[in-house]
Amino acid sequence: MIFKTASHAFRTAIKGLSLTVKHLFGARRSRQELNIKNDNYFDRQEGIVTVQYPAEKMPIPEVARYQLQVDIDDCIVCDLCAKACPVDCIEIEAIKSPEAIGKTSDGSVKRLYPAKFNIDMAKCMYCGLCTVVCPTECIVMTNEYDRSSQKLTDLIYGFSDMTDEQVAQRKAEWTQFQAEKEAAKQK
Amino acid sequence: MLDTILHILVPIAIFTFIAAFTLFAVYAERKIAGFVQDRLGPMETGKYGSLQTIADILKLLQKELITPSLADKILFRIAPIIIFVAVFTGFAVIPWAKDFIPANTHTGLFFIMAIISIDALGILMAGWGSNNKYSLLGSMRAIAQMVSYEIPVGLSLITVVMLTQTLNLNEIAIGQGILTNGSIKFLGFWEVNEIGGFFAWNIFQAPHLIVTYIIFFIATLAECNRAPFDIPEAESELVGGFHTEYGGIQFAFIFLAEYAMMFLVSMLGVVLFLGGWNTPLPNIGAIRLADWTTGLAWGIFWTLTKSLFIVGVQMWIRWTLPRLRADQLMSLCWKVLTPLAFICMAISAIWRILIIA
Repeated sequence: MIFKTASHAFRTAIKGLSLTVKHLFGARRSRQELNIKNDNYFDRQEGIVTVQYPAEKMPIPEVARYQLQVDIDDCIVCDLCAKACPVDCIEIEAIKSPEAIGKTSDGSVKRLYPAKFNIDMAKCMYCGLCTVVCPTECIVMTNEYDRSSQKLTDLIYGFSDMTDEQVAQRKAEWTQFQAEKEAAKQK
Repeated sequence: MLDTILHILVPIAIFTFIAAFTLFAVYAERKIAGFVQDRLGPMETGKYGSLQTIADILKLLQKELITPSLADKILFRIAPIIIFVAVFTGFAVIPWAKDFIPANTHTGLFFIMAIISIDALGILMAGWGSNNKYSLLGSMRAIAQMVSYEIPVGLSLITVVMLTQTLNLNEIAIGQGILTNGSIKFLGFWEVNEIGGFFAWNIFQAPHLIVTYIIFFIATLAECNRAPFDIPEAESELVGGFHTEYGGIQFAFIFLAEYAMMFLVSMLGVVLFLGGWNTPLPNIGAIRLADWTTGLAWGIFWTLTKSLFIVGVQMWIRWTLPRLRADQLMSLCWKVLTPLAFICMAISAIWRILIIA
């Protein structure tokens, strides 16, 4: 009885020990295959799995949803993304323009100035709904994911390229245009 | 005067060795753990993380010593000292090379058994003094474990002593190589006094000592409170066991004692079973490998190599086997190891009467 137990314990211990020593010596190599899309990804079971992050990175999928990026020149300030956002992390302030400002790269006419286009990435849940609704496809998700910072406010990304003077000027133009229209109506 | 200086220098040398060994062993342990689990282990501090343990010890040295307000202040303070001193004193009677031994006493083995038992007392003091339920649970488990496992250890030591007929570790080591005056028989029939090498080691002089060595190894693993017998510490269930409340230099000393204990029992096993400082290379005809590799420096080299190898096996086992439950621990000790050790002891007695004498 005691010999049976002892020999069984011994055999099973040897089994486990041989498994670990195999990994111990297998650790001389690193696993080269990092891309899960490759066919032989799961065949490589030996070697170190650690990815020493800042020095080496794993390939990420093309459709991955990471940080948002807005190409403000293509934006028509339609506010659809802000409305689509489930967590309200996009904040847009528009200024109307008396005449068409220009055209986006896909031919849509721009009639609004983006006085403010802030995305709070701390609130963002990376659902990607804003990129789906965008008519000019100016808001996209990039493959950038490591943007950690010490201050929470650093995570509010401002995409508007207008300075305060420009905002004031555009506002004044619109007010003047409104006033002129009012005056024309009065006559 | 010279004697006094020597008596001061030797402990300092041993302490320095233990500290250096601990720094190295902790690094090795973390690296082995990493490799076994397909990780890298420490990589950032120094090249391949080689300065990691130095950074750790510098951190520990700078920390404040916190004594819990409800702790038994005296017990809490002296417990780490007792734990460390108990293990540290054990090194006094273990030979590093022929006649290169801090204290050449005739009761060396008995002394080690006696002094290491005090370690259990220190652990109980630490657990009780902390006034923390996890510490107390951990130290209760430690006592139950260490007291139980002292029996298989003691029996396996007796098994060896029956054959060697001496408690002097220096003489036990001499009796396993080409420098002996007595006769050495490989497996009890082949005279190997001239050949030496691993043929002359105790485990090959009498084959039942192989089983005894395995019993000794398992039991001393439990004595060191190392996995798979680490239920006194059991990070996942008892926070840290008996050293939960310790920090800074006090924790460092408990840690130092743990690694010193690992090395001490490895070295003891090497001296008793694996030829001590004797070379594993035998004389083959005109190629006098054993003669060439015997001497003071070679002796220290072989002791270190063999002991470090056994320490490596201890680490390998730690990262392979899961922790035993308290009842499994006790049934392993009382139902398997103790009866097997008794059987080995009986074989040793018969061996002594029929084969050697």
